[in-house]
Amino acid sequence: MADFETPEVKEYLDMPELQPGAMSHSKPFVSRDEFQGPLGFPGELVDDWQHVALAKLAELLNKNRGLQVFMDACVKCGACTDKCHYFLGTSDPRNMPVARQDLLRNVYRRYFTWPGRLFPKLVGAQDLTEDVLDQWYSYFHQCSECRRCSVYCPYGIDTAEITMATREIMNAVGKGQKYSNEIIGKVFKIGNNLGLPQPALKDTLEGLEEEVKEDTGVDVRYPLDEKGADVLLVTPSADFFAEPHVDGLIGYGKVFHQAGISWTLSSHASEAANFGLFIGSPENMRKIALRVREAAEELGVKRIVFGECGHAWRVAYSFLNTLAGPFDFLDPRYPVPQHICEVTHELIQRGALTLDKSANDHRRVTFHDSCNVARASRMGNTPGGQFTIPREIIQAVCNHYYDMPADTIGEATFCCGGGGGLLTDDLMELRVKGALPRMQALRQVVEEEGVTHLAAICAICKSQFAKVLPYYGFEMDQIVSVHQLVSDAIVLDPAKQTT
Amino acid sequence: MTFASIVYAVLFYGATAILLIGVGLRIARYARTPAPLKIPTTPAPTSRGGVIGRMASEVVFFYSLFKANKWIWILAWVFHLALLLVLLRHLRYFIDPVWEWVVLIQPFGVYAGFAMLAGLIGLWIRRIFVERIRYISAPSDHLMLGLLIAIAASGLAMKYLWHVDVTAVKVFFVGLMRFEIHSLPAEPLLLLHLALVAALMIVFPFSKLLHAPGVFFSPTRNQADNPREQRHTSWAARVEHTGAAAPANRGAPVPNARSED
Repeated sequence: MADFETPEVKEYLDMPELQPGAMSHSKPFVSRDEFQGPLGFPGELVDDWQHVALAKLAELLNKNRGLQVFMDACVKCGACTDKCHYFLGTSDPRNMPVARQDLLRNVYRRYFTWPGRLFPKLVGAQDLTEDVLDQWYSYFHQCSECRRCSVYCPYGIDTAEITMATREIMNAVGKGQKYSNEIIGKVFKIGNNLGLPQPALKDTLEGLEEEVKEDTGVDVRYPLDEKGADVLLVTPSADFFAEPHVDGLIGYGKVFHQAGISWTLSSHASEAANFGLFIGSPENMRKIALRVREAAEELGVKRIVFGECGHAWRVAYSFLNTLAGPFDFLDPRYPVPQHICEVTHELIQRGALTLDKSANDHRRVTFHDSCNVARASRMGNTPGGQFTIPREIIQAVCNHYYDMPADTIGEATFCCGGGGGLLTDDLMELRVKGALPRMQALRQVVEEEGVTHLAAICAICKSQFAKVLPYYGFEMDQIVSVHQLVSDAIVLDPAKQTT
Repeated sequence: MTFASIVYAVLFYGATAILLIGVGLRIARYARTPAPLKIPTTPAPTSRGGVIGRMASEVVFFYSLFKANKWIWILAWVFHLALLLVLLRHLRYFIDPVWEWVVLIQPFGVYAGFAMLAGLIGLWIRRIFVERIRYISAPSDHLMLGLLIAIAASGLAMKYLWHVDVTAVKVFFVGLMRFEIHSLPAEPLLLLHLALVAALMIVFPFSKLLHAPGVFFSPTRNQADNPREQRHTSWAARVEHTGAAAPANRGAPVPNARSED
């Protein structure tokens, strides 16, 4: 299958022996001129790249308090060293969060602090050489920006912020990552990551309507660009046809149908994902976010709801109001934006959905908390709602639900191994190895509780698991969308038609 | 008045100035730099009061570290708590008459000296023998522990082995605070202890000791989780700084550029 070994899943997660350089060969394809240009980045490594990089670092230190504090505050206590799934899966010490941060921090110390200028060896400061740039490119593309380390750091140092800053510096000198940058270009040009134009979307959605009609005999609508709908649904474009994502989209439609809520998708904002976050480029992130506002204004909706996507929910929940707000033209009775799980949960709470739990009796389900939902956002009105709401939905539609071990879920959840702009085939080894801690936890509930399915609310998690589950001896269809479970349990009422 | 008295007077005036000005400038920089986006590590408190509670749990109990690793937590927490007691105990060298509560904590302060030493030695053992922590340690990380251990050990040695005239020491420091130079006992151990303390004060603003003011400015810990309810607007400050404003065709003008957190 590949030229690397899949790690062995043991009964317990072992603390790996350090293997320096074990993953130094792992690098994603470098971006090219055609993908760099539309994002405002140079097409290839610029001549005076050291100066440009240091000027960019200086600029970021002036503009981002988090980065400045994180550069100064680390005491090398070691609390984070065993927290990263990529370290646990690869044994490469540079994948320990603090060691990853130090790749940038050592350069910061060399050029921006007195001890680093005067006694570089003493404080571990480093010149910005080609070799360092190479290591940046390798190891800052071995961080999925999942923030697990930031939970445990006594100063809240968030490696994700440092990864984003370094990726932004690398883009500024013309050494971008092809995967993320090409995708952002597609959003600017066509409207979504997959490059699906409006006619293709329309076709797909009509196909879904026929499919649901065939399955259920009920006319459930999957509308596109319908002016005057109450809800604009923004969902990751993978939901339009990838498996198991599309079963989730079918579920959203059924929920809206049963609740009698009129809704629409938009071809202009046909993408919830926002890879501007991954590359640490707030300007590009804002341009993508503004498409959601534009679509909402254009279609005259009253509410904005986001589909199942982890980092998209972070950008939506935490940043949308800042980047594209204020949203005072929407119905003030609803938070902006809402998560589809918040909508479904509320409908379940007030008994607006008829659910037949036995429809999922052939499944024994566990839930994977996606990192950006868990540690960078919230659902509902109380902290931790992002953990309880999806679980309460699953438990309302399934009779058999089991949590994975407590130190692998909730705020301690392990990344799927494919987040943060790493969901590309050129990083397959990293993705497989990074999935180890989650696979270990999954194995435990499979063996102890007979769990058959892993439910998730993130397009990246779903794609990643579909790909890596077979490496660990599971089946690729053991990963399901939460709204696929809802979809299977919901009892449709033909009379409820929305227009 | 001895030569050492003059040298140490100059040293402590200099060290104090570097500590106060250096840390002051650093704090000003942290406070001035915008936090462009809402990035609290969630679940996070949703209100200002909640944030104060979270910050207190971090500063007083090292709650995140507690969740991370019980060994590092107990060693670090014992060391810091002991350091605090030791510092408070030392107030008696600067205040006349000595406040009642400073008198009360004197006996605890002495035990704290040993606890501080134990915590530091434990941390150093981990730094040397735990492979992961050894890997991430620079020479300065070892030196910092060595410096603190030397300070604690020299202090305890003066208490238990080679006594110095603490009354004279107090006269010296109270004098410094009144800009008078009195004579400092020329005991080698005392001079060593004081030189190391001055060194610690001098490196403070340029080293990882900045974690002390830094933690209060960490956006993952000091921001409230309320982005939907309250529009966070320091974003604008970021855009202003570069001049690279995002497309101007959208959104309402942003009201206050420099925001709360």
